[in-house]
Amino acid sequence: MAQITCEDVVLGYEGRTVTKNINFSVNKGDYLCIVGENGSGKSTLIKALLRLIKPVSGKIEIDEMLVASGMGYLPQQTDIQKDFPATVREVVMSGCCAKLRRPFFGRSDKEAALTVMKRLGIDGVSKRSFRDLSGGQQQRVFLARALCAASDILLLDEPVTGLDPAVTEELYSILKKLNREDNMTIVMVSHDVKAALRFATHILHIGDTQLFFGTAAEYEVSEAGQRFINPGGDCRA
Amino acid sequence: MLDALRSVSGYLSYPFIRYAFIAGILIALCSSLIGVILVLKRYSFMGDGLSHVAFGALAVATVLRVNNELVIVMPVTIVCAVLLLATQRRSMIKGDSALAMLSVGALAVGYLLMNIFPVSSNVSGDVCGTLFGSTAILTLSPADVWICVIMSAVVIGLFVLMYNRIFAVTFDESFASASGIPSGVYNTVLSVVCAVIIVLAMNLAGSLLTSALIVFPAISSMRLFRGFKQVVVCSAVLSVICAAAGILLSIVFSTPVGCTVVVVDILAFAVFSVIGKIVH
Repeated sequence: MAQITCEDVVLGYEGRTVTKNINFSVNKGDYLCIVGENGSGKSTLIKALLRLIKPVSGKIEIDEMLVASGMGYLPQQTDIQKDFPATVREVVMSGCCAKLRRPFFGRSDKEAALTVMKRLGIDGVSKRSFRDLSGGQQQRVFLARALCAASDILLLDEPVTGLDPAVTEELYSILKKLNREDNMTIVMVSHDVKAALRFATHILHIGDTQLFFGTAAEYEVSEAGQRFINPGGDCRA
Repeated sequence: MLDALRSVSGYLSYPFIRYAFIAGILIALCSSLIGVILVLKRYSFMGDGLSHVAFGALAVATVLRVNNELVIVMPVTIVCAVLLLATQRRSMIKGDSALAMLSVGALAVGYLLMNIFPVSSNVSGDVCGTLFGSTAILTLSPADVWICVIMSAVVIGLFVLMYNRIFAVTFDESFASASGIPSGVYNTVLSVVCAVIIVLAMNLAGSLLTSALIVFPAISSMRLFRGFKQVVVCSAVLSVICAAAGILLSIVFSTPVGCTVVVVDILAFAVFSVIGKIVH
């Protein structure tokens, strides 16, 4: 059964339609990249999948298991976080909150967080302040937090924005590992269509309507894909 | 030094001064806790707006000559806090002007009512006292102190029990909601708590100055510390020290209590800023 299914979804806000005819499904272990130009509603779609906002119309079905176990979200950074006093450990641990049945963290929560931090190579900076870290480290902290919150699916909103190429590559390889080795489903909004094609199993291309949904290989030879990928095309990313 | 200590213990033998210290310290502690959240959420102005609403409600309560003003002031302020939060979520700019209108509107209507239906011969004195908290804290009845103690215990208890979730929701509301934390519930609880604290804090600093109790300790601690728990603990300790020192100074020098406490808060902020500059 699909983890996420969208049927005839229309997205918008304040009475304005941003994108429509969104039809796709995500299965366990998929790596879906959502591409499209700025303002095409990619982030809005991610928020709708996370049930943070309601679609204007249409149906978004999320597997009940997924709803119960929580979804890992890696949002774009907000202004609030730029000067927020919080240690790396505090931010990562906040991912464990939703599963917490008591008021305070127990030993197992702390161990789980430490394991994730070690895996992502940020255990050494756990006592440092989040805002003092480099962009790449901050994204790893967010990733660690998302992994504490969910073990089945990760939804990422432009995770490599503002990162330098080496750090970008590192983050992509971490995601690839999570997808291939841990069978985590990955849904990622991306500007970088070339990288999307290298890692994703599926591509969803949206504009003011859905332009393409299918496997990455199909996308490369599709009309929408050709226009978006080729540097000479008129709607290059 | 010994003389000073002796005179302090002399003061403390008066029950009304003991009441002032108990209530003042609890109010300072609670307002510093909620202050950290409001400052980080960029809602500091909400504290200010709500305290003006509370002034308006207090004026209505005074004019109606109810026995305990809290019966009117508390529910009105809580309702406004919840409504403001709702407008805030819909649109930032509209919420902002809604708050401004409510805030000055409440002040104007409140003052007007107190003038049209004066309950004492000294309306300006009453208004000034309510706005700047000159004497309220020194005229508390044992019942007032008990209300303050119970409310503070509830606020502190809630804060401690919800600490981890409050952090998650404050740091990143979208993430918290996505992972399954009911952020809306926590936000509503926080705004109710905020309203309660502001109404209590009017006793100490008056309606114009309460937001100083909320903002200063939090901002001062953030100059020095960069972890959430450190900031919370530091601003609680700082706020309590400043309030105690302020109340003491105001008694020794016969100055109005509210603004003396705020001046001590300002001085602490200056000191913390300087130390922060040196350390970081």
